[in-house]
Amino acid sequence: MRSWIVLALACVACAPEAQDQASADADLMDAAYSLPAHAPEAFGLGSEASTARIAMWDVDVKPDGEGLPPGRGTVAEGEVVFRTYCVACHGPSGTEGPNDQLVGSEPWEDWPGSSTVGGYWPYATTLYDYIVRAMPQLTPGILTPDQTYAVIAYILERNGIVPADAVMDPETLPAVRMPARDRFVTDDRLGGAEVR
Amino acid sequence: MNEGPRRRISRRAWIAGATGAVAAGLVKTRADALSLVAQEAPARAAVDPTKVPGRFTSEVGRRATGEQPRRLARTQALSSSSQSPLQDLMGIVTPSDLHFERHHAGIPEIAKGGHELLVHGMVDRPMVFTMADVERFPRVSRLYFIECSGNGGAAYSRDSMPTEITVQALDGLFSTSEWTGVPLATVLREVGVRRGASWLLAEGSDAAMMSRSIPLDKAMDDALLAFGQNGEAIRPEQGYPLRLMLPGWEGNAQIKWLRRIEVTDRPTMTREETSKYTDPLAGGTARQFSFVMDAKSTITFPTYPYLLPERGWWEITGLAWSGRGRITRVEVSTDGGRSWADAALQGPVLPKCTVRFRHLWDWNGREAIVMSRATDETGYVQPTVQQLWDARGDRTRYHFNNQRAWKVASDGAVTFGLGELV
Repeated sequence: MRSWIVLALACVACAPEAQDQASADADLMDAAYSLPAHAPEAFGLGSEASTARIAMWDVDVKPDGEGLPPGRGTVAEGEVVFRTYCVACHGPSGTEGPNDQLVGSEPWEDWPGSSTVGGYWPYATTLYDYIVRAMPQLTPGILTPDQTYAVIAYILERNGIVPADAVMDPETLPAVRMPARDRFVTDDRLGGAEVR
Repeated sequence: MNEGPRRRISRRAWIAGATGAVAAGLVKTRADALSLVAQEAPARAAVDPTKVPGRFTSEVGRRATGEQPRRLARTQALSSSSQSPLQDLMGIVTPSDLHFERHHAGIPEIAKGGHELLVHGMVDRPMVFTMADVERFPRVSRLYFIECSGNGGAAYSRDSMPTEITVQALDGLFSTSEWTGVPLATVLREVGVRRGASWLLAEGSDAAMMSRSIPLDKAMDDALLAFGQNGEAIRPEQGYPLRLMLPGWEGNAQIKWLRRIEVTDRPTMTREETSKYTDPLAGGTARQFSFVMDAKSTITFPTYPYLLPERGWWEITGLAWSGRGRITRVEVSTDGGRSWADAALQGPVLPKCTVRFRHLWDWNGREAIVMSRATDETGYVQPTVQQLWDARGDRTRYHFNNQRAWKVASDGAVTFGLGELV
């Protein structure tokens, strides 16, 4: 229904020939999808997902820490993990590459120079979520929860965000306040003619 | 099939070849004769295709020998992309094997038989759907474009605007297909979305487990769980066996190799929507969840490295699209934007889809700067690069929908000409 209203408004604004074209195309291809009137309430397709099945795949971590597994890791332990699994792509100090620069922050006026954890990442929990999914790049998912917490502690410490004696666990990680936290604004383009 | 350089073979030479085979006693049966015809047909057809029977039917067709459009696949890396050859394409549909690629940890090999979609979270009935289940829901087919939000960045670089760049390298992270799938709303109805839900997390089955948070409103509006592309199964590069289609939205959010949807009441804040696909703006902020692709057009002819061999009538053509709805107008300028003329739009003009535009131009042989600008049904006019720089600063990273320009020199040589205007 909404698409028809939008279409009607659009046609007021455009030339007669464009209006004819739009009407013809609307007949061909209504943007809204609708089920036939006699479609059932439910099709009865699929099977119930067991709790175990959901747990096996439900790896994501929310900004408030929901989804973080038990475990803990220190900065010192994290340095070992980093030197073992991360330096080949991120460099000995997390700045050399060849892949993404992890360490560093830029003054506000030059922001952002790069997408470093210290300069651009708004949530510390995203590190856990991303490492579990995609890191190390050639053997994703290989790190244990303890190793993951540890390497996050090390990366945060290198960025000057947590002290050298920090311990990361399901309680402390979501509590980390990231420097870039308040810089993000939800899409503020308003539609219509304005260029933003 | 001989794919090598075409050779001129004289009529005498192929007759000698054929008669030689006959003389040597190699042709004993009708099958032998047909085989010989098949072997020699290309060479004979090169002389005169009306004097030789053509080849037989085949199970899978192929392109003409002289027509070999290719993606631009320059980087071979785990996180990589390739561009569609926009300059070689006609109409609006991208042949599936030329659809642009963007993946974050390679293209996974997934067997359809074992692939399942888990839908859980704030739902009444967490469910697992096999592909057979998914494909049994009522289907729809729609033509939609997909554009990578990083497409066209070279047309935004204030310090190093290129001149010798093809439209493929510039804007080829853009393709259009007819997609077939089931509305995500139908599947969400099946599992029962709970009150208070407002987002979902979509997750891929690739080695990056690519994941994006998607507003529930979009999921209920026109999102598709797509398994078909241009009349056949989606290509592995585009997410086989199942991908999320979010019409008009940036490509990275349209999760390929989709295996999990979690209904939630807030975004997950994955890396792809925090440190990756966000848009730094002037003033030290970054725009997040900037899903919609604003209206844009790009000329596909004339573009670098084409050389107009003579003055006279040439058809300027290109593609226009908007993630907000229908394109209502495309204008073309041949004087660097001082004056504009309406281009013809090739119908049907579909929402969140691509339009082919054309403008017949009588080139007088003098230097010209050819441009296009699109307007969509919301009244949005494709901005100049200066307008976008003013609005966003010059270091934003995605959504480069500003006007492009191509310079036609008096000798007919075409180069990217936006740098001439700024």
